[in-house]
Amino acid sequence: MSAQARPSQLFKNLNAKIASIPMILTALVVFVGGTFWTILYSFTDSKLLPRLRFVGLDQYERLWSAPRWLTSIENLLIYGILSLIFSLVIGFLLAALLDQKIRFEDTFRTIFLYPFALSFIVTGLVWQWILNPDFGVQKVVRSLGFDSFVFDPLYNSDIVIYGILIAGLWQGTGLIMCLMLAGLRGIDEDIWKAARVDGIPMWKTYLFIVIPMMRPVFITTLVIIASGIVKLYDLVVAQTGGGPGIASEVPAKYVYDFMFRAQNLGQGFAGSTMMLLSVAIVIIPWAYLEFGGKKRV
Amino acid sequence: MASVSIRNLDLSFGSVNVLKNLDLDIEKGEFLVLLGSSGCGKSTLLNCIAGLLDVSAGQIFISDKNVTWEEPKDRGIGMVFQSYALYPQMSVEGNLAFGLKNAKVPKDEIATRIKRAAEVLHIEPLLQRKPSQLSGGQRQRVAIGRALVRDVDVFLFDEPLSNLDAKLRAELRVELKRLHRQLENTTMIYVTHDQIEALTLADRIAIMKEGSIQQLADPHTIYNKPTNLFVAGFIGSPSINLIDGSIENDKAPVFNCSSGTINLKSYEFAAPVNAGKAVLGVRPEHVATGAAARALSFNTEVVIDVVEPMGSDTLIWTTLGADEFRFRVGGQTNLAPGETVLIGFDPAAASLFDHETELRL
Amino acid sequence: MSDPTLSSAGAAATVGSPGLVSGPAGPRPRRRFSRRNIFLYGTLFVIAVYYLLPLYVMVVTSLKGMPEVRLGNIFSPPVEITFEPWVKAWSEACTGLNCDGLSRGFWNSVRITVPSVILSIAIASINGYALANWRFKGSETFFVILIFGAFIPYQVMLYPIVILLREIGLYGTLWGLVIVHSIFGMPILTLLFRNYFTSLPEELFKAARVDGAGFWGIYFRIMVPMSLPIFVVAMILQITGIWNDFLFGVVYTKPDIYPMTVQLNNIVNSVQGVKEYNVNMAATILTGLVPLVVYFVSGKLFVRGIAAGAVKG
Repeated sequence: MSAQARPSQLFKNLNAKIASIPMILTALVVFVGGTFWTILYSFTDSKLLPRLRFVGLDQYERLWSAPRWLTSIENLLIYGILSLIFSLVIGFLLAALLDQKIRFEDTFRTIFLYPFALSFIVTGLVWQWILNPDFGVQKVVRSLGFDSFVFDPLYNSDIVIYGILIAGLWQGTGLIMCLMLAGLRGIDEDIWKAARVDGIPMWKTYLFIVIPMMRPVFITTLVIIASGIVKLYDLVVAQTGGGPGIASEVPAKYVYDFMFRAQNLGQGFAGSTMMLLSVAIVIIPWAYLEFGGKKRV
Repeated sequence: MASVSIRNLDLSFGSVNVLKNLDLDIEKGEFLVLLGSSGCGKSTLLNCIAGLLDVSAGQIFISDKNVTWEEPKDRGIGMVFQSYALYPQMSVEGNLAFGLKNAKVPKDEIATRIKRAAEVLHIEPLLQRKPSQLSGGQRQRVAIGRALVRDVDVFLFDEPLSNLDAKLRAELRVELKRLHRQLENTTMIYVTHDQIEALTLADRIAIMKEGSIQQLADPHTIYNKPTNLFVAGFIGSPSINLIDGSIENDKAPVFNCSSGTINLKSYEFAAPVNAGKAVLGVRPEHVATGAAARALSFNTEVVIDVVEPMGSDTLIWTTLGADEFRFRVGGQTNLAPGETVLIGFDPAAASLFDHETELRL
Repeated sequence: MSDPTLSSAGAAATVGSPGLVSGPAGPRPRRRFSRRNIFLYGTLFVIAVYYLLPLYVMVVTSLKGMPEVRLGNIFSPPVEITFEPWVKAWSEACTGLNCDGLSRGFWNSVRITVPSVILSIAIASINGYALANWRFKGSETFFVILIFGAFIPYQVMLYPIVILLREIGLYGTLWGLVIVHSIFGMPILTLLFRNYFTSLPEELFKAARVDGAGFWGIYFRIMVPMSLPIFVVAMILQITGIWNDFLFGVVYTKPDIYPMTVQLNNIVNSVQGVKEYNVNMAATILTGLVPLVVYFVSGKLFVRGIAAGAVKG
């Protein structure tokens, strides 16, 4: 023990603190600061430039009476719910198929996952081309003799969001499959043996034993899909540009357009705050369930 | 005929032969333990009997029925796993009932069987709980119960106690033994790497190494008359003393080693005596000291190297000729390192092995 | 090739071994074309075709001339293979502003991706190292904020960052975008490195400290050399992520330094001129090529990366 006074707490571990400055700045200034800044300015009438003239909830009232925003929300809900269901179901089924000790497992996995390496822009453009009624699937089927066959989701306002969904699922299910496969591989081998000795058919083992055991995997996957859905933007820009008309608009695009095109920052901020709110509704209960009692993150 | 018969069983994964031309007959009501270190094929053999692994060649009979191609559920077996393998989202009762419901057993029959199993295993108060709310010992009881309700003649245990702590393991061991006695005519096949479990539980032990059975006999024979050097060294803790030397057979057989000549008159030879290099195995507890040693046919003086008191007894380390030598004395000994002590043993209790073939002589 | 688990064996009763009784012996009889296998591989094959179809369509379309595209079937292979669309996409395609093709976007993306990958990994690995081995008061709090930040929609932070970049004079520049990528890559990469460094034996760190090594000494001489696989995983994650980015490229750069994805979208979705679908598809493949190559080369590491990166969403 030395007789010297303890060095100040501030300088303890100084190098680590200096090295963490980028992280601290990002966490505090960008994430916390930026979020509060946006929320704050969503109550102002900022137009081309942000300014602090508060107008209460005006921006939100305008937002929720704008047909374009309402369409965006409706699209996001349809896309979100269907993409959740289909991603989980298809992802799990693919994982279950790959888990049957098959040959060429690596090849199949590589094929199912490669779209995930592609950007949404590339994905959107490919599917724009395949779904093009003059050249794509519709034309091919018609040329087979079905002259009245109609399949033009990207040109029909009523179903355009389903056309985007097709592309989104093609791009994203591989990831879900990988997560599910990792979950399946994590199941104790003895469980399968016990079920076989008990004479439980495979589908029942999946349904009543394995899937309930994979609850944490499903929840994590759900959160991942959900937080990804809110960010849906590039795909729409590439595939339809929001059209026909405003039929495939989504909130992220609404926000971008109002911030950087329509020079109506206040609307953009209000829209993005609503997006934040919707994410919070998903994340906070999950974080509470997942990390509630425990201190670990 | 036997309860479980295995004939010419082979199992290979690719080019690796895990089980080699294995034959085994297990009597009805017998408690057979498959003992060996990890990778010896004991669990693989159990999985083959259960039908969880496809054999490469050979046949398996259970209760006189050729089940080689049968599904596990049709073999008349129940199985208990090391990791318990309980269905975590179902209650204890659900775990016990699930297989029966699938087999379309009538409801009241299921209830009766669960009630009986719960009584036998003392898990009645736990029936409504989830496995995650149970202790390790309770979980393993439930796992045994799941095998019990299947109402089968053959139970397979795959290292069922290995995940438990030492105290619980000892408790459940006794309970398993009691259970076996209670369920008359129930055959149990039990895989373990723990020799204490094997010696305490088994009617017969099959010691396995590299996919074949080294010795199949009752615990007493396995311990006292090991059939080869591997078995002798594997069983017993502290392990057996091995002394290199050679047998000479002029008028009467003797064993010559660096510490003298040992008269083998009292040794029961398994085969006609041949002179040649051999290894003598002496269990540490078959060594006498002091006055008791003087009365034995072989005795010699040794210097004590290390004393290890273990409570109920004490282990003494010395050297005998060129070999390290351990022997066991009572817990209250006053022997100390550096002292000279007279030790002796009776060759009748020892084991002789051929130096080349490592087989018992 | 015969696979032992699939081949039809089970005629072992004929191998007259003395101990065997007649009746079933050896492995269960299994047909290579059992109903289960037909269903299993059939389903997998159909799905695989579905997943591969867009890639196939892209490639065949890009190899056809425009007349053939107009008349033919998008699924039919090209009658006359031409590489002209590729050349045009690379060096002549118009974005509305200029007509020097995707090459400009490609090089912009390279110039954005390389420093972004290096900077973001450098920052995140040091963060992770500090969080794993040199915890200080509050370090975990910052980390938790960082992880929750990963879930905040980018749109919420877009404009505040515009202001920040404008303040430091980097708005609209390449370096501004590099900083943005480093910021948004930070949560997931920090998590990745923190978890990896935590999994390394702590004794190693302690031994190095006893030997007198400091913060940077341990980082450069012990942690980095021991963590090459995780650095590769991080690189895969970042190269594909940054290359595929569209939103940040659009928001934080000016047209002359637009990354490839933005330029691609401008080329394909520009309203002027005649649509040249073959050129569009060639341009699309060109843009997807870098991440695809990274994906096919890295294989299992990519899977590991996305499994680790899954938290990012």
